[in-house]
Amino acid sequence: MKPLKKIILLILFITFIGCDNKDDDNTEPAPTFGTLTINFNHYWDGEKVTSADFDNTVFANANGDKLTISKLRYLISNLTLHQANGTSTKLSDYYLVDLAGLNSNTSITISDVPIANFSNATFTFGFNETDNVDGAYTDLNSASWNWPEMLGGGYHFMQFEGKYGATGTENPYAYHMGTARVSPGVFEQNYIDVTLDGFTTTGDATLEIKMNIDEWFKNPNTWDLNVYDTPLMPNYDAQIMMRQNGRTVFRLGELN
Amino acid sequence: MLKWIKIGCLLLLFSSCNDTGIETYTPYSPTLSPLDIPKIFADNILPPIIPPDNPQTVEGIALGRKLFFDPILSANNTQSCASCHAPENAFTDIDRFSDGIDGILGNRNSMPLFNLAWNYDNKFFWDGRSFGLEKQALEPVKDPIELHNTWSNVAQTLQSHSEYPDLFLEAFGTSTIDSTLVTKALAQFQRTLISSNSRFDKHLLGEITLTPSELNGFNIFMDETKGDCFHCHGNANNPLWTDNDFHNNGLDATFLDKGLGKITGDPNDDGKFKSPSLRNLKFTAPYMHDGRFATLDDVINHYSEGLVNSPTIDPLMKSVDNGGVQLSDSEKADLKAFLLSLSDVEFINNPDFKAP
Ligand code: HEC
Ligand code: HEC
Repeated sequence: MKPLKKIILLILFITFIGCDNKDDDNTEPAPTFGTLTINFNHYWDGEKVTSADFDNTVFANANGDKLTISKLRYLISNLTLHQANGTSTKLSDYYLVDLAGLNSNTSITISDVPIANFSNATFTFGFNETDNVDGAYTDLNSASWNWPEMLGGGYHFMQFEGKYGATGTENPYAYHMGTARVSPGVFEQNYIDVTLDGFTTTGDATLEIKMNIDEWFKNPNTWDLNVYDTPLMPNYDAQIMMRQNGRTVFRLGELN
Repeated sequence: MLKWIKIGCLLLLFSSCNDTGIETYTPYSPTLSPLDIPKIFADNILPPIIPPDNPQTVEGIALGRKLFFDPILSANNTQSCASCHAPENAFTDIDRFSDGIDGILGNRNSMPLFNLAWNYDNKFFWDGRSFGLEKQALEPVKDPIELHNTWSNVAQTLQSHSEYPDLFLEAFGTSTIDSTLVTKALAQFQRTLISSNSRFDKHLLGEITLTPSELNGFNIFMDETKGDCFHCHGNANNPLWTDNDFHNNGLDATFLDKGLGKITGDPNDDGKFKSPSLRNLKFTAPYMHDGRFATLDDVINHYSEGLVNSPTIDPLMKSVDNGGVQLSDSEKADLKAFLLSLSDVEFINNPDFKAP
């Protein structure tokens, strides 16, 4: 009997350590870190845009051109939360947002984020010159996200594609953004530093970052697709206008 | 009382085990043989996709290779996988439509097989209808215009064969043969078909220098105002030379074969097919899902001036009004030279990939 008892004890022991050790101690101090989920949501003149709208919904831009969207993916990097006391928390090195396609990606969840009053959130749209290293990221290479070397190399910042014009005579546009080429061999950084409003969390939270897609065509440059449709990657003026228009594209959305 | 505790404990113990734990234990130890990942892949792209329940083993790969070349999988013992996927053609065939064992032609061009473990989305066939290489291999065996067999017949034939039961025992620890094990072995062999030794690969590794024409062709490939091929067909940092995604590249105004659209049921997907890799084009003619182009010149002419508009044409097919970007004759020649630099003679001559 003795050894059997030992075995039974052992089994019970194993079974117990296999369990999740839920603490029923109620006197724990209030948590100072929580999980933050960030949803990237997309809007056109205030209406939410999802992949279900792709190739179906017709939008009108500031110039009055009718268009459809078939692809929207973009890169953000160095997403960071800042507190008034100077503490900053970097949430991710980089993230490729993709509305549709085989690998739809519009949400990130980060654990162990301070629960705090944040004075603002910042990120880079695209990569800054330090991070935009040609071929350096295997996941982005696997997604064919590269920007041609002849245009300065590194990675795309955005691929936004579709068709515009009257039904039946549509033409394609490919609003692709990345490093701007001034002249052969001379390049200009084209990323955007984005600052979003502050917010306060009290526990686990879900934050919305809004992209107002219509802004890409609006402010300060009214975008004329009839002039700037494709190819735009090697078009210096188009690249600079993208950077200018991109400054007002992102807003802090709801916090839950 | 103690008795019940004992039974309870035993139950607990068993329930926490995998249910195979109770079965009679057959000792077998296939030798693990992880894929030999080329430097150019390891440096640039994500690791390959190997299902956890089908690790690569020496015995499994050898069995898969034997099966791949063996007509025993077909109903009348006349065709093997290799009939339509021949090593010398980078594992496709030279026909526009391959004929199956009954001589009936399909409506799709056979696909070359290489670097399949790097198809991250795991969608196979021109229209992506099969998920995973193991599942894919279920299809050709029972396809009426391919091997036209039944899986129960295949299992029976293999079971009564003089060698196969032992080979399955060595590879999988059981000599009871079924479709799951056959497709696992086939998938293991197919995952070893890695192509990474083209002239362009060697150029990237600094081992050789490309000709000016090949280099200029690469620039045309990468230039959005010229070829603009790289958005769908890879680049120097993506040695797969495909995005493995589905597009309509402007072949037709209306679609007899709806491709992806038939699978998803979404008319916006009509006429979309998987971008093929541009490796090994030297050996894989004819081209496109229906093999409509006999030569690479035909393909280049298509992109340069032959584009046909349709509602689902990819926005990257620019200047479709003019039929395409209108490359000059010398640009076409250079583009072709570059494309051919992606062909890998070592791959098609690799003795490990030939009939055993
Ligand atoms: C009669 C000719 C024929 C035979 C025999 C045949 N195939 Fe194929 N194979 C094809 C064709 C045609 C396609 C493309 C079919 C489609 O997309 O609908 C294909 C596609 C494939 C693909 C998809 C590749 C990719 O990148 O998506 C794999 C893998 C494959 N075959 C493996 C096999 C295996 C394994 C066997 C033997 C069990 C086999 N084939 C037998 C003609 C054949
Ligand atoms: C929008 C994405 C896209 C772009 C851009 C593109 N292709 Fe393709 N390519 C495809 C797709 C999809 C197919 C298969 C189409 C089919 O069979 O219906 C294909 C097929 C091919 C094939 C046939 C390969 C085979 O094995 O059958 C070649 C060669 C090719 N493309 C070369 C090029 C070249 C060269 C360029 C640039 C001039 C280019 N492609 C631009 C998507 C693209």
